[in-house]
Amino acid sequence: MQELEMAGQGSLRLSRKSDTIVVLEKDLSTEQMVLSMGPQHPSTHGVLRLECLTDGEVVTEAEPYLGYLHRCFEKHCEHVDYPAIVPYTDRMDYLAGINSEMAYCIAVEKLLDLEIPRRVEFIRVIVSELNRIASHLVAIGTYAIDLGAFTPFLFCFRDREHILNMLEWATGARMLYNYIWVGGLAYDVPAGFNERVLEFVNYFRPKALELQQLLTENEIFVKRTKGIGIMPADVAINYGWSGPMLRGSGVQWDIRRNDPYSIYPELDFAVPVPDGKLSVVGDCLSRHLVRALEIEESLKIIEQCIDKMPGTQGFDPRSAVPKRVRPKAGEVYGRAENPRGELGFYIQSDGKSTSPLRCKARSSCFVNLSAMKDLSRGQLIPDLVAIIGSLDIVLGEVDR
Amino acid sequence: MEEGKVLSNAAQESGAAYAVIHEKFGEAISAFDDNATMPFFEVLDTALWTDIALFMRDHPKLKFNYMACLSGVDYPEEGKLGLVANLESLGVFGHKLAVKVKCPREGGSIPSVAGVWHTANWHEREAYDMLGMLFEGHPDMRRILCPDDWEGWPLRKDYKVQESYHGIKVPY
Repeated sequence: MQELEMAGQGSLRLSRKSDTIVVLEKDLSTEQMVLSMGPQHPSTHGVLRLECLTDGEVVTEAEPYLGYLHRCFEKHCEHVDYPAIVPYTDRMDYLAGINSEMAYCIAVEKLLDLEIPRRVEFIRVIVSELNRIASHLVAIGTYAIDLGAFTPFLFCFRDREHILNMLEWATGARMLYNYIWVGGLAYDVPAGFNERVLEFVNYFRPKALELQQLLTENEIFVKRTKGIGIMPADVAINYGWSGPMLRGSGVQWDIRRNDPYSIYPELDFAVPVPDGKLSVVGDCLSRHLVRALEIEESLKIIEQCIDKMPGTQGFDPRSAVPKRVRPKAGEVYGRAENPRGELGFYIQSDGKSTSPLRCKARSSCFVNLSAMKDLSRGQLIPDLVAIIGSLDIVLGEVDR
Repeated sequence: MEEGKVLSNAAQESGAAYAVIHEKFGEAISAFDDNATMPFFEVLDTALWTDIALFMRDHPKLKFNYMACLSGVDYPEEGKLGLVANLESLGVFGHKLAVKVKCPREGGSIPSVAGVWHTANWHEREAYDMLGMLFEGHPDMRRILCPDDWEGWPLRKDYKVQESYHGIKVPY
């Protein structure tokens, strides 16, 4: 508190970190310096460049520059058929390909007004929840690395490998699946898939707890993330935040629950939000906590799906797949809950062509990243790394 | 929960929200298009778009606090460019409504709503980058995905890619 009283007299530069106030500089004259972070910086999670205006160790402003991975997704969409866009969506958020495919297929199916076989829906939910866990494991693991903890990263990647192996078995690919098709699936899951998934769930539960103890209860990790980069709920909504980012700010909003699609209304799962006991609501630690808690909910969803899934009798994964996708003229905005938030597709069809007139991907990372400038103002440079890590961006989806 | 029931409720809610806006702005907005996939209305008096946006965000019966998406669109037959904004009342009423705004293709501009929803800032920059319409009053009107010195507007239907960019051959 002594520092606080001194703050009124000027000539001190202070920073608030968790619940303590740190004196950074005293009677120093500093000049502003431009520091370029990235595009090849390990903490920017891809090719993102941050132009930081720094005053000593304090960032006065950080302006993100993007587009290094721009591959003209939306222009390509106007030249290929509707089903041929699915592989492109994999390459947007390459850590959660299945979730991207699902969002796109939901949008097109809404435009086509298609009825999807029940078993297809269950398989879709199982694989997308598996992919969500894999994606969260990367998010948590790389976040730990950003903050200097190496072991959790290895734990995360070891378990992610099990998921990728299962998905490879089911879809034939490790990351770029092209598994969910408009109206169905590429293949049914192989025989024995459900048993292997259950085996994984049983194996993974204690491991998730172990990870929690190793990282979330680690004092250094908590000190680095608690109270840093706080985003109030109303500002988060105004910034269009969604997914774990928005829930980290204490807004209990999940598209799977609030605008349900597929079979999610039949499933019992919680939408975790931080309670403010361990973290300050809206800070980096809250966002990490939400991801960690969501893994458990995804496991629950997978178990329920396997329990309720209809059998294979008379099942054809491609029975509802249209021979030629040519929706009637109209527009649609379809969306799904991605591991990183709301992934939406705005699709415009002219009713004649087999490719969309306009297809816009509303990328969750792009929107989440747009708050970076406000979040970084007045933070320390090491805290900037903690903030970018907590945003969990995938530049493939930001730049499209 | 029955799928059909949810949809019809959603359409009703959008219609009710539209009625409130129509009452205030009357002829400045078009009739309500209550299609099943994306109910929308169009802003006919483009200059009023920011006012309508503010009204939609702050009116106690509307509370469209969340802009899910803003897409720039090219309408070559009409000679216009436009945007489609998907709005939602997140956590308050849950209703959704899409809004369309159009401007002339050459030298056209649309009032910016970046001051109403922060998220519109980058979405509008992207729409400008891809289609070339200006957003009046935008705090930072620059390209976002393409380089600053890129020529042309890639998502226009008549876009021709430039031959070379800093000595690099572009068409492949």
